[in-house]
Amino acid sequence: MDFPELLAIANQERQSQKAIRIRCCVAAGCLSSNSLVVKERLEIAVTEAGLVDCVKVSGVGCMRLCCQGPLVQVDDSTQSEGVGILYKAVTPDHAPAIVSTLQSLAAPESPYLQQADLRHPFFTQQQAIVLENSGIIDPERIESYIAAEGYHALHHVLREMSSNQVINEIMRSGLRGRGGAGYPTGLKWATVAKAMSPQGEALRTANHKFVVCNADEGDPGAFMDRSILESDPHRVLEGMAIAAYAIGASQGYIYIRAEYPLAIQRLQIAIHQAQKLGLLGSRVFDSPFDFRIDLRMGAGAYVCGEETALMASIEGKRGIPSPRPPYPAERGLWGFPTLINNVETFANVPPIIRKGADWYASIGTEKSKGTKVFALAGKIRNTGLIEVPMGTTIRQIVEEMGGGVSAGGVAKAVQTGGPSGGCIPASAFDTPVDYESLTQLGSIMGSGGMIVMDQSTRMVDVAHYFMEFCRDESCGKCIPCRVGTVQLYQLLSKIREGKATPADLDLLEELCDMVKYTSLCGLGQSAPNPVLSTLRYFRNEYEALMMNSNES
Amino acid sequence: MSNDSRLKVLDATMKRHQYQQDALIEILHKAQELFGYLGNDLLLYIAYHLKLPPSHVYGVATFYHLFSLTPKGIHRCVVCIGTACYVKGAAALLSAVEQCAQIHPGETTADDQLSFSTARCLGACGIAPAVVFDGNVCGHQTPELVCDRLQTFLAQR
Repeated sequence: MDFPELLAIANQERQSQKAIRIRCCVAAGCLSSNSLVVKERLEIAVTEAGLVDCVKVSGVGCMRLCCQGPLVQVDDSTQSEGVGILYKAVTPDHAPAIVSTLQSLAAPESPYLQQADLRHPFFTQQQAIVLENSGIIDPERIESYIAAEGYHALHHVLREMSSNQVINEIMRSGLRGRGGAGYPTGLKWATVAKAMSPQGEALRTANHKFVVCNADEGDPGAFMDRSILESDPHRVLEGMAIAAYAIGASQGYIYIRAEYPLAIQRLQIAIHQAQKLGLLGSRVFDSPFDFRIDLRMGAGAYVCGEETALMASIEGKRGIPSPRPPYPAERGLWGFPTLINNVETFANVPPIIRKGADWYASIGTEKSKGTKVFALAGKIRNTGLIEVPMGTTIRQIVEEMGGGVSAGGVAKAVQTGGPSGGCIPASAFDTPVDYESLTQLGSIMGSGGMIVMDQSTRMVDVAHYFMEFCRDESCGKCIPCRVGTVQLYQLLSKIREGKATPADLDLLEELCDMVKYTSLCGLGQSAPNPVLSTLRYFRNEYEALMMNSNES
Repeated sequence: MSNDSRLKVLDATMKRHQYQQDALIEILHKAQELFGYLGNDLLLYIAYHLKLPPSHVYGVATFYHLFSLTPKGIHRCVVCIGTACYVKGAAALLSAVEQCAQIHPGETTADDQLSFSTARCLGACGIAPAVVFDGNVCGHQTPELVCDRLQTFLAQR
């Protein structure tokens, strides 16, 4: 494969486009509402109407508004309006009606076809970088990705840039780890690039470093990584390959949760297609660079999202974390320097290379650059996937884009960061979303789950829920986490049942501190966060439960 | 169990992984897919072929939630209790299943018709609350919908 061949594939793909495109979402959310049948029926309807020459039906990735699926978008390039029509809650029976609107210009609106308002802030305030192809390309066809300038960045890197230049570019872009902690990606790459394999300089060959993509999206309420992998898997492969070139690795692993069968399947297809075209494997783009990617499946252990536990799991062991240092960048998989980044981090890499670090650095806030994908869920009208520039306020996300709380309720808090994060009260909704601001509020950016809670959600229950989660998911290696989470859970149960005294509340806080500062890994260190943040903003709810016990 | 055709598939999988010990989790996944659960004989068989101590294989099989060491029922019902589903009433779905089938999460009905479990998050938060029936994710569930579905499973007794 060389560049003209790549361009030829892209051209051929573009030329095969037809005047009218019907895109049907076939990501997991819509798929479970029968979207595959919708797609088939649309194809049949197009054939029956004799429109095969000018209409193409394709299956695409997530089109954001997951709660209203299945979603079908119709774009007519012969119309000058520019904005297509997005139909929501489409059933297979709607297919002929959708197709008939194509035949007659200004067709009367069918009473049962529901349209989503593409001019709603939910769509207009999004800025797509990671999701630029999501909902547009067919995730199961590499040609579709190549036509969207896919693998161009990899070619550019291999031909025009040294590994140091790549690292510098990523560093200048200001990209930070999207897994939650926000460690500067360029810095991490530079560390791994410099790291020596255990055998010393002489054996420092490309074989002795690894690139790992952390797709163990364990935070409940987060589905960004799943959507990226299901909608645009090649982007992640390309990002990994660029990283591998930069640090000098020739083997990559994607560690993915077994709970995401569709994402696994799409990744398998993507890896196979890329290998076939010589975009992965040996001598990528006929350069000396070799890179293989293998999939490793998780088996339902939340702790495996922690990097040292994840590596243990890739090695086929129990997913138990180990103390850092040594960091994976120095001694990772099988003792070799290993670069671990999140799915979304890798997905940001190709556009940075393609459009330049300055372009990327111009988006976002001073310390948090670029965009962030959030999974908006819970008691909110527009549930789905959004990508916004860093620094967008929570109020904008919840009230404008999310359309406010469903069923006329009032937003009480937003939970970010899953079991490691915290609850942000409605009073702090004007905070811009970036790494530092969220940490100041006692929560974390986390991987990007954003769950809106209304007045009917009791915060003690929420803390109890997350503690139960951490208790079950603690791997049991270190005592503060193994025993501490159990004790915290019991204390919260006691408070919830109204049997606690104010002394128990003090004990709760003391124990939270102990678990936070003495646990071995991130799971234990952050397990008290939901309790601490609800105590900070909703202490009255805890105290109200105390009073009940005094009265009875 | 030596002339079980499923073992041949398992052997092929192990061979494809070149009997690498680090592919243990992949192989356990395959074994569970083939046999439904990981019995002691099966774990010993895998340990023998990968040249791993049985304690290691057992340790891994018990560590991960998705591996089951006991047989499962014919039908599966998995209620998602991720945060989004929790906020949208997963608890009511749980108690609906408990009442309807008279079993708790992690259990199987006495006649092996139905296994009931919970999931941490299916990533289907957009259609919360979600329940998986026999591998099919169903969104926007209510206690009534869940009970109706379970009745069809249990009626097959």
